[in-house]
Amino acid sequence: MKQATLRATATHAALLVAAIIVLFPFVWIALAAFKTQISLMIGEVLFTPTLAHFDEVLFSGASDYLANYRNSLIIATASTLIVLTVATLAAYSIERLGWPRWLVHGFLLGAAVFNAIPAITLVGAWYVGFRALGLYDTYLAVILAHATLNLPIGIWLMATFIREVPHELEEAARIDGCGTLQMLWRVIVPVVMPGIAATAVLVFIHSWNEFVVALNLTARETATVPVAISKYAQENETKYGAMAAGAVLSVLPSLVLLFFAQRAIVRGLTAGAVK
Amino acid sequence: MRTTVSARYLTLAPALVLFAGIAVVPIVELVAMSVSQIDWVQGKAQWRFVAFDQYLRVAGDALFRTGVANTLVFAIGGVLVQMLLGFALALLTTRITRGRALYRTVFILPILVPGIVIGAIWKLMYNFDFGVLNQLLGVVGVRPVDWLGNTSTALAAVIAVDVWHWTPFVFLLMLAGLESLPQDVYEAARVDGATFLQELRYVTLPLMLPTIVVTLVFRVIVGVKVFDEIYLLTGGGPGTSTEVVSYTIFRRFFTEGQTGYGAAMSVVVLFALALAFIVATAATQRRRTL
Repeated sequence: MKQATLRATATHAALLVAAIIVLFPFVWIALAAFKTQISLMIGEVLFTPTLAHFDEVLFSGASDYLANYRNSLIIATASTLIVLTVATLAAYSIERLGWPRWLVHGFLLGAAVFNAIPAITLVGAWYVGFRALGLYDTYLAVILAHATLNLPIGIWLMATFIREVPHELEEAARIDGCGTLQMLWRVIVPVVMPGIAATAVLVFIHSWNEFVVALNLTARETATVPVAISKYAQENETKYGAMAAGAVLSVLPSLVLLFFAQRAIVRGLTAGAVK
Repeated sequence: MRTTVSARYLTLAPALVLFAGIAVVPIVELVAMSVSQIDWVQGKAQWRFVAFDQYLRVAGDALFRTGVANTLVFAIGGVLVQMLLGFALALLTTRITRGRALYRTVFILPILVPGIVIGAIWKLMYNFDFGVLNQLLGVVGVRPVDWLGNTSTALAAVIAVDVWHWTPFVFLLMLAGLESLPQDVYEAARVDGATFLQELRYVTLPLMLPTIVVTLVFRVIVGVKVFDEIYLLTGGGPGTSTEVVSYTIFRRFFTEGQTGYGAAMSVVVLFALALAFIVATAATQRRRTL
């Protein structure tokens, strides 16, 4: 009995230490965002908080942060909508519409191989191609790139969710004279709504966080939030305060999703890996 | 059913169009660029055929070789530590009942944060003059360390960032896997008087193997792609000590403007990784059917 209590205490202690290690860096950068430059540089632990960095990042004439935020929202939302539509259609097609098995396997393998390729190897070709089409520094270029990069994971997740829908539902609807696309819209989509939500959250976060494509396909007009943060860190003299404030603001959407859609996040991250 | 045939094509077509236009065509274009010397004259690309010259240069590029080596150390070394830590933490978590949901929430957080923000966080933490790590060392009387500016610590420092960033992801998948294991096997093992280690060796690990393999492959893939943290923290330096292959491609293609040469390097990396992935998939699938 005593040994069991001791073991439980040790387990909790170990997990608590791990949780502190995970959380501390976030707390530290959040605190840094509220410190004056001097307070930062001398490493003060106790300090008088200031909103100067947030003011600079959000409202100074030299900062494009609000525009960057809008750009990120537009790009992440649009690429998420494209992935949801295209992936749901494709997943329904390969799971339910009687394609030969070798073709389904080939398609899924091709998508998985594409997913294994680093984006940087394609960015060069996208840069040259989109420039030739006059799409450099447009939303469309980044949206198409993000949608394609996330399509394999979207198809993979949607196929996993659609596979679990019982065939009886479709048979009943078929007797009622439901066509193929109607079947998808009226029967499958309502049933896999939690799966669609999980895919949406995951793809949105991927696009919101993506850096290397955005860095090379955008210029001032369409730059996203991660590109803006990297600028604060890369200038001749790193603007630590502004960098911290920009970083804190950038994770707000993810925090909101973590709070309201945690089940969807867990479902999206673990589906496919865990049977 | 007659409608199904056209619906079959209609439903798959958008995905095929997107893959063809944004993946296959650019890869073909990349191959064409890789055998060409491309100069930018007044914003326009001038192409000149040079056959395989640029591939030969890739083979002899010392920076590229260093990048490949560092990427392997980063991906394999980092992922092994993450797998061990993540599995151990998940195993601990299954032994508690209260607070499990709270720990899960805390551990999801790093997974959702942009790589650039992860870089920003650790740029602050590792700073030589006022970083919190050196402050803590100062408290116990140890001299400050230039974590990112020293060739002997820089690679280990960025691997540590990756471990911090991704161990929670491994934890999450391992916990989900452990929670889905059938409980009756454990009861049987306990009735037979199995010790904790025997239970781990003969029950947990074999049952968890599929989850472990999928997580491992997934993590190595993402590890090999590393770019953001390197871009923000070290830029491949000091010297070439944290140069990774994604960064070398970025450097050659965008920073130095060597369009054709960067394309050749991209083609080499792209096909090597595609091949490695296919081989790994074939190997793990064969093991599963055995």
